[in-house]
Order: sequence, then structure tokens, then C-alpha cells
Amino acid sequence: MSSAHATSTYVPKSRLAKWFESRLPLVGLVHSSFVAFPVPRNLNYFWTFGAILIAFLGIQIITGVWLAMHYDPSAGNAFESVEHIMRDVNYGWLLRYAHANGASMFFVAVYVHIFRNLYYGSYKAPREVLYLLGVIIYLLMMATAFLGYTLPWGQMSFWGATVITNILAAIPVVGDTIQSLLWGGYSVGNPTINRFFSLHFLLPWMIAGVVVLHVWALHVTGQNNPAGIPIKSSKDAVPFTPYATIKDVFAVVVFMILFAWFIFYQPNYLGHADNYVPANPSVTPAHIVPEWYFLPFYAILRAVPDKLGGVILMFGAVLILAFAPWLDTSRVRSCNYRPVYRVFFWVFLVNAIILGWLGAKPPEGGYVLASRICTVYYFAHFLIVMPLVGLFETPDRLPGSILETVTGPGKQVSGSGMPAGAAAEPAKRA
Amino acid sequence: MRIARLFAATLLAASLGAGSALAEDGHGTNPPREKWSFAGMFGRFDQAQLQRGFQVYKEVCASCHSMRLVAFRNLAEPGGPGFTEGQVKALAETYSVKELDDSGAEKERPARPADRFPSPFPNDKAAAAANGGKAPPDFSVLAKARTYERGFPLFVFDALPFTGYSEQGVDYIHALLTGYEEAPKGFTMPDSGYYNKYYPGHVIAMPPPLSDGQLTYPKNDKGEPVVPETADQYSRDVSAFMAWAAEPHMMARKALGLRVILFLFVLAGLLFYVKKQVWKKVGGEVHGLQPELHKTY
Repeated sequence: MSSAHATSTYVPKSRLAKWFESRLPLVGLVHSSFVAFPVPRNLNYFWTFGAILIAFLGIQIITGVWLAMHYDPSAGNAFESVEHIMRDVNYGWLLRYAHANGASMFFVAVYVHIFRNLYYGSYKAPREVLYLLGVIIYLLMMATAFLGYTLPWGQMSFWGATVITNILAAIPVVGDTIQSLLWGGYSVGNPTINRFFSLHFLLPWMIAGVVVLHVWALHVTGQNNPAGIPIKSSKDAVPFTPYATIKDVFAVVVFMILFAWFIFYQPNYLGHADNYVPANPSVTPAHIVPEWYFLPFYAILRAVPDKLGGVILMFGAVLILAFAPWLDTSRVRSCNYRPVYRVFFWVFLVNAIILGWLGAKPPEGGYVLASRICTVYYFAHFLIVMPLVGLFETPDRLPGSILETVTGPGKQVSGSGMPAGAAAEPAKRA
Repeated sequence: MRIARLFAATLLAASLGAGSALAEDGHGTNPPREKWSFAGMFGRFDQAQLQRGFQVYKEVCASCHSMRLVAFRNLAEPGGPGFTEGQVKALAETYSVKELDDSGAEKERPARPADRFPSPFPNDKAAAAANGGKAPPDFSVLAKARTYERGFPLFVFDALPFTGYSEQGVDYIHALLTGYEEAPKGFTMPDSGYYNKYYPGHVIAMPPPLSDGQLTYPKNDKGEPVVPETADQYSRDVSAFMAWAAEPHMMARKALGLRVILFLFVLAGLLFYVKKQVWKKVGGEVHGLQPELHKTY
């Protein structure tokens, strides 16, 4: 964290602190990353979702570890042990509903985070690595959520696991091996739930590891902002603490109200009734539907008549995100100054929501046709719109500085609270 | 921006139209929405109704349907039917459960409050064999395991405060229990089974379980039953009982939720004020989502 560390103004006072800091500069690292770190002063509430996501990673890990103390990962007992948590464990219903709805809230927050990134062009240079780490976190989150949803061993758990492991078998050459490895046998059964539980416990720690890298990369390049222009002087920035800290804490608490609403008043709204029917390999549910956050990708999978083609497009729909920094040819980051691309951004967002709605519908008649049109548009956005609009669009005039977007041009404000010179764009100095 | 809004509005309108047009060709009839004492943010179970519902379960349903996950002691726990511990102990003793004695031989003993309800059949296979090939579903979480599709845009309102709706399963069960009728003309009935308006596919193996006057309900001072002894009332009561069996901590959940959400609102208010004070030092914060759009340079 060399460049972030360079902004540190931490000076150890006591002898013990000096002794420790000269051996491991941990306090200085935290101070430079979360106290003195310069934050663009024009950040809006979309920039609080990083803090919200970290809060949810913590909530999921804490509730998850607790649930694991009472859960029995075996095909014969899993369903009943979940009900044991709901009925007999003190506040077990709270733990389980918090964990199940926490996963959904995690995805609500990550989708806001991703679309904020796409709107304000945060994926562009110099933040490509920061962005790629984010895509990896998103992939790990999807894997973790899928594995977790199989654990209650209800009908949707079982058949969801069956559908997903079957589509992996479509991968040429290694598909069968991957499938047998995941199953631990010749179908989804007791060995499957054992290893899914183990992997579900493992992946969140991998997410936590990549989150550390994600935050590290963020502190090297500094944050993007709604204007999409770099910090040019100390007046453009404020120190992370107290300005961003208090705003983040406030936003987290507001988001917790939504979370609490679902836990206490709509705990099963985002789930499926079928998952309260114990898994039964001989009865297939009428409609096998994944959790809401996978629905757009499920719609893409089913839009393709060929199994392998569907699998390629479904994974491609996530992986194509990783190419955004190089597909977008515009040098202007923020959509606020991109009058043409801005329109396409909103169409893309609506298209993704419609895909989600189609993913929940049975694959028949007009739904299939609509899914195909939306799938083509989804990919066209990345492969055609992103490169071409950047080439032909005339962006609006950018403001001279971040300060100007806050106060209007030529006006003065009181001090930023940043030491002079401390806030010049860190990437430039590094 | 104006073009973007127009685009979004058009697409949304198109999807709305498609949604409502397609929702109508769904399968089966949706159950009517009933009023339940336990619905909504302040919903509470009606103790007397749960006790009557338990009576219906015990005297009618329990001959075929198990309730494996519910223990006798649950009947005396807070937020439930509110039987006394003595009543539960006496009730449990009327059942017998099997256990192994010290010599390893299987023996029967009277049930204790800590025991779960014994099932009417020794296992699922026996239950299936005695019921035409399919085991009658277990009652423990059945009220949460059944639902019906609400369609767009109703499902959006179902999630919101005041218009919230999470009793689809209970409504379905009540509708099913009272939904037996003559098969309409042109509907071919198979050799076995009964026509039910609300059952998916309409042919259900369960014979109509409830009829008017089938059970004797508790009487008031004048010797009249407190509620009508009709199939409709029996069905309501047992549906409410099943809602409790599926979610025995519902009242504790809703009560805690109110306190948590009120606390969060107060905390958020205080934090908002602190944040305003903090940001004052640097001339205030940016407001609006895209302030630059509303400024000219």
C-alpha cells in the first residue's frame, strides 16, 4: 500500500506505539486507509454501497458460523435440522431468516454497486484491476449463494442443485469429471450436500480475501466520483474520517431498515414455498426456478435451444463484464457527461430487469422469444454499443474540478479539512 | 436524460401489458384472500382459534396426516394455542410412543410433553400404501410449503408495509378444504379421486375431510357453540392452527421486528443529524443524485 501509506499522517505518541509501529506499521496502515485517505467531496449515496457490502459480508459470516453449529449437512437430517434451528434453537429463527434474507440483501447491494460502477465509468483506467477484483468477488458470491441455497435440502434446493450440476456436465472434455466431483457419486445425494456445505463454508473466506485486495486497489487508485474527473487539489477532497465514515454508517443503518423489514415481516417473500417441501428425488417440482438474483442469467441459459450454447452464454453474460474496461472506447468516465451512452445505460438496466422477470416465467411461447431478444441486446450492449458510442459520441464539457461540481464555477468554500498537498490524485504520485 | 426516461417508461409499459395479459392464462383458480388475525405487522394468533384448530387436527386430520416436527410441549409455549402445562401433560399421556428398554426390546410408553407428535403410519411407504400410492403430506410446515402465483404487479405490493401479504399458503389450504364441488360438464374424472376447484389439476386423492356439524365445539354460558359448527369454520380454524405449526415463533418475530425497526429509525435520524454537523465544517454536502446535471457551466 505504498502510495496510500504515503498519505499517512499518523505519528505514534506513546513509547509502546512507537515500538510496535517500527516493527509492524499496522496502525499507520489503518490510519492511512480509513482515516487520512482522501475522498472526493462530491460522492453521492451510491458510493456508500461498498460499506454496505462489507457490513453484509460480516453479517453473513457471523450468522453463518452460528447456524453451522446447529446444522447437520446430511441428506437425511438437513431439512429437519433447519427446522430444529427454526423451532428449538434460541433465536434460531432470527439467525436463519437473517442469513437467508442477508444473502438477498447482499445481492441487492452488489447490483446497486455494479450499476453505479457502470454508470459513472469507474471500471476505466486506472481502476481496471480494482474492477476485475470486483468481478471475481461477484462470481464467488454467486457460487456461495448457490451452494448455500442447496443446504436446507428442500425440493428447490435439490432440484436447483440437479439442474446446475447437469448444465456443468455440458462443458466439453472435463464436464463429466466436474459433475462427478461435485456429486461425489452418480446423482445429487448425501456426498453432494457434504461437499457443498464444506465449500459454502470455504468460499466466504475467499471472498473476504479478495475484498482485502479490492480495498487495497481502491486505495492505490483512489475513488472515482460522479464527475468522473480526478482529484486535482486538496479542495477537491475530504479525509475519509469523519466525512465518509459518518456517511457510510448512516447509509448502512438505513439499509438495515430494509433488511429488518424482510427478516421480521416478509421472511419468506424472497424464497420459494417449494423449499419447505423436503427434497424428494422422485418428484420434480412444476417449475424449477433459481433465487431472484440469478434470474437474468437463468433466462439467458434457457433462451438458447442448445444446452452447451446456453451454458456458454450464461457464463459469458457474467464474464463479459470483465472486458468492459477495454470495450468502452470513451475517455469520459461519468455518464453525466455522456448524453448518448447515458440513454443506452438505462436501456441496458431495463433490459436486465426484464430478463430477470422472464427468468421466473416458464420457458414457453412468447417468453422464449422475448428472452432471446433480450439476450441478444444484453450482449450487443457490450460488444456493439460500448465500443461504437464511445467513438461517435460528443461528450458534454467536463467541469474544471470536483470542487466546481459542488459549488459552481469560480466560488470559494471553506477549507476541506485535508492537509495541503495531501489529496492530489494518488495514482499520479505513485 | 429525457430520452432515457421515455425509453424506460415505454419498456416498462410494454412489460406491464405483457405481464397482465399472460397472467390470466395461468393454471387453476386462485384462492380468495381471507382475513386472518395473524396477518400484517401487528398480527397475533387467536388462542381460542388455535385451540379449536388443534381439535380439528386431532379429531379429523391426524388419522392420515403426520406432524412430525411439532412437540406436545409446543402447545403450551408462548405465542401458541396457550394450553396449560397440565393440559399438555395429560394430552401427551393419551398417546403412546415406542422406545428401546434396557434389554434392547421395543416397548411402548405413554408420551411426555417433550415428545413429538407420533405419526399415524410407521413410515412414508406405509403411509403411501394405505393412501392410494402417495403419502399424505406432513403438517409441520405445510402452510409455508404451499402458495399460488400472484403475478405482476400484485407481487410487488405483497412485499410492502400495509399492503403486505404472506398468508398465501394459509389461504390456499382453507380454499382447498372448502373447494370440493361437482366436476364441471366435459371434465373427465379418473376412476378415483375427487374434484377440487383449487387443487392444481383439480383431481385430489383426499376425500372431502370436513362437513357441517362434524365436530362439537366448546359452548358458551348459554350452551351455544362460540363459533358456528360448519365446515367453513372448521377449515378456517385448522388452517390458522397450521399457520402456527409452520411458524411457532411468528408473534415473537413480529414483536421484536417492531422494536428493531423503531430503534433503527431513531438511530438513523441521529446519525443523519451528526453527519450534517460534520459536513458543515467543509461547507455542506452535495445533494441530489446527479447535481451536475442541473447546473450550467
